Amino acid sequence: MDSPDTDWDGVRLHVVTGKGGTGKTTVAAALALALASGGRKVLLVEVEGRQGIAQIFDLPPLPYEERRIAVAPSGGDVFALAIDPEEAMLEYMEMFYGMRRAGRALTKMGLVDFATTVAPGFRDVLVTGKTTEAVRRRGRDGRRVYDAVVLDAPPTGRITRFLNVTQEVAGLARVGPIKSHSDLVHGVVKSPETAVHFVTLLEEMPVQETLDGVADLAGAGLPAGGIFINMVRESLLPQAALDMAVKGRFDVGELALGLKAAGLADGADAGSLAEALAEEVVEHARRTELERAERESLAASTLPRYELPLLTDGVDLAGLYELAESIRTQGAA
Amino acid sequence: MKKSVTLDIDAILDDRGTRIIVCCGSGGVGKTTTAAALGLRAAERGRCAVVLTVDPARRLAQSMGLTELDNTPRLVSEGESGGQLYAMMLDMKRTFDEIIEAHADPERARQILSNPFYQSLSSSFSGTQEYMAMEKLGQLRRSDEWDLIIVDTPPSRSALDFLDAPERLGRFLDGRFIKLLTAPAKAGGRSAFRLLNAGFGIVAGAMTKLLGAQVIKDLQTFVSALDAVFGGFRQRADLTYKLLQAPGTAFIVVAAPERDAMREASYFVERLAEERMPLAGLVVNRVHESPAATLSGVRSAAAAEDLETRGEHELTAAVLRLHTGRMQLAAREHREQDHFIGAHPTVPIAKVAAMTEDVHDLAGLRRVGELLANG
Ligand SMILES: Nc1ncnc2c1ncn2[C@@H]1O[C@H](COP(=O)(O)OP(=O)(O)OP(=O)(O)O)[C@@H](O)[C@H]1O
Ligand SMILES: Nc1ncnc2c1ncn2[C@@H]1O[C@H](COP(=O)(O)OP(=O)(O)O)[C@@H](O)[C@H]1O
Ligand SMILES: [Mg+2]
Ligand SMILES: [Mg+2]
Repeated sequence: MDSPDTDWDGVRLHVVTGKGGTGKTTVAAALALALASGGRKVLLVEVEGRQGIAQIFDLPPLPYEERRIAVAPSGGDVFALAIDPEEAMLEYMEMFYGMRRAGRALTKMGLVDFATTVAPGFRDVLVTGKTTEAVRRRGRDGRRVYDAVVLDAPPTGRITRFLNVTQEVAGLARVGPIKSHSDLVHGVVKSPETAVHFVTLLEEMPVQETLDGVADLAGAGLPAGGIFINMVRESLLPQAALDMAVKGRFDVGELALGLKAAGLADGADAGSLAEALAEEVVEHARRTELERAERESLAASTLPRYELPLLTDGVDLAGLYELAESIRTQGAA
Repeated sequence: MKKSVTLDIDAILDDRGTRIIVCCGSGGVGKTTTAAALGLRAAERGRCAVVLTVDPARRLAQSMGLTELDNTPRLVSEGESGGQLYAMMLDMKRTFDEIIEAHADPERARQILSNPFYQSLSSSFSGTQEYMAMEKLGQLRRSDEWDLIIVDTPPSRSALDFLDAPERLGRFLDGRFIKLLTAPAKAGGRSAFRLLNAGFGIVAGAMTKLLGAQVIKDLQTFVSALDAVFGGFRQRADLTYKLLQAPGTAFIVVAAPERDAMREASYFVERLAEERMPLAGLVVNRVHESPAATLSGVRSAAAAEDLETRGEHELTAAVLRLHTGRMQLAAREHREQDHFIGAHPTVPIAKVAAMTEDVHDLAGLRRVGELLANG
């Protein structure tokens, strides 16, 4: 297994965040496929209890168990795990304290629900704890079990708190096992083995959130990864025509001639159809112009950027592989 | 596309009996935009309106003079017909603090406000924001300073979260775990507690091991202090719930013409009916209709191909390709709306076209308002 030259060699934990609905789950899944390709083993993790991975791979709901869900291009395995904080807590109590029964009693009492409400930091530390355990886990041969772990993470607004567990539980647990556990998590999350990627669209709010998120992350000393610009529409028209359209000087007469030549309309009809179509062109041109401006704002961040195409028929399994391929050719994996 | 009933926005805004409009829907569909646009239109039609926004886009907030969370409605604009628009941005933590201050004596309030668990609860996002939005709505309504209150709902992943949040918080405060934590203090009390106490030894031991003794102590202080103000909490949540069922309330469900958002909208419409909360209608936001809809996507694609093979009129061919894509998008959006209309044929609908630019000033809001009223 040659290690190909990618932008994230050495990174073992890929955290994928972004504004809600921009494509975090989709990009995380495609990234996992891309990282696995060529015979590697990758774990794709989700933490919000939404069964997004099962949906996207068209599988029945995933249990709290690592299982193989896909084969990557040219060999390689993607495993998936839907982390359930309750199960993670039971596992944790059993592993560290041998307290299985007490653990059950506590979950029955609703400890996890409780913790989620008063102190999301507790729940987060369970979830990130499980994730980083998978990152660190070694097989009998002493090698890491997974070449990489990809985390479909909470949205941008919550990512820094989510990853900055030590900070979050510090006020609640100054000493004790939670504290030392969170320190362990922190060690992984802050290291160069981790990269936090942002998914965005070329729209004002997601771009703004991304830039804010990048700044927050830096403020917390967490390692930023790349920016995945998702759902990028290809522009069908030449730049010169777009420029004219934005200036309101699109050549409607020429378009009318073309419509006649194509046998779509004649006489005055061709003129009015051309006018209507020109309206679409102007809108498209203005949209493209705005997208260019959003791209420019993103460029201010200096993080590597990747662009993923809008799949017009929605994301199915074939679409995921297409996105994975695009991620690889751009050097993100 | 299936026929639907048109949502008459102006009739709702002009009806003086309409006192509260709640804009809800899943994340990113345009709830905040719709709420602000409705507020502006109402004000320009003579109402004295206040918009309670939760997370406006930055430029939109700036254009309304909202530069920080401050819980105080600010005058945004005055209409010719004597109407006024006020807007405010919800400060969730402040709102929570105020409830505590209102319901606990000063010493207990101080205990709660400085407790680390309270600080975490009151600034975390799971449910608190929804609950506080509802609380603020209740306050604005009781103040009776505005004749129309428009509430934007928090950016939950599900449209239903905000209906469930107050109850969730109530259930939480009523939960077994809380009882367990407060049990030692009340030992010898009601029999349920005695039962719990039997298991308390193991559980408390495990908790102490897991969390450390200080954490348990903080938790206990927090819970028993909160317990004392809990009655007041419940009562307020119930009042707000009743307010939402009152005839002067109108729910407007916002959705984008996409599968997930329309499905969420469907659930929400059903849920409102179950809760006997008055639904005004659905706003389908960011729709793409074509100004050249007489030319079908199929014909357009065929013509483009024809021109391309002949090697003529390159630009026209490209425009026809663009149009084909546009028509396909419109068709997909129609299908998604048809699902909804099929399931809820009597729900009035207004459509708002996707504008090229984001909506970030009063002119943009006015435009959305016009589209709402005419769509
Ligand atoms: N490149 C793409 N082309 C077309 N559709 C896409 C693309 N990426 C994502 N989508 C679609 O956009 C929608 C949102 O994507 P996804 O669920 O991955 O986002 P998310 O950020 O995980 O959302 P949430 O915040 O709800 O978890 C889905 O319907 C998905 O299929
Ligand atoms: N009809 C529309 N045309 C163009 N942009 C819109 C439209 N409606 C909303 N937007 C933009 O979409 C983004 C999200 O809208 P917002 O109202 O904040 O959504 P929500 O409150 O539901 O999360 C904003 O940038 C807003 O300007
Ligand atoms: Mg997701
Ligand atoms: Mg909003």
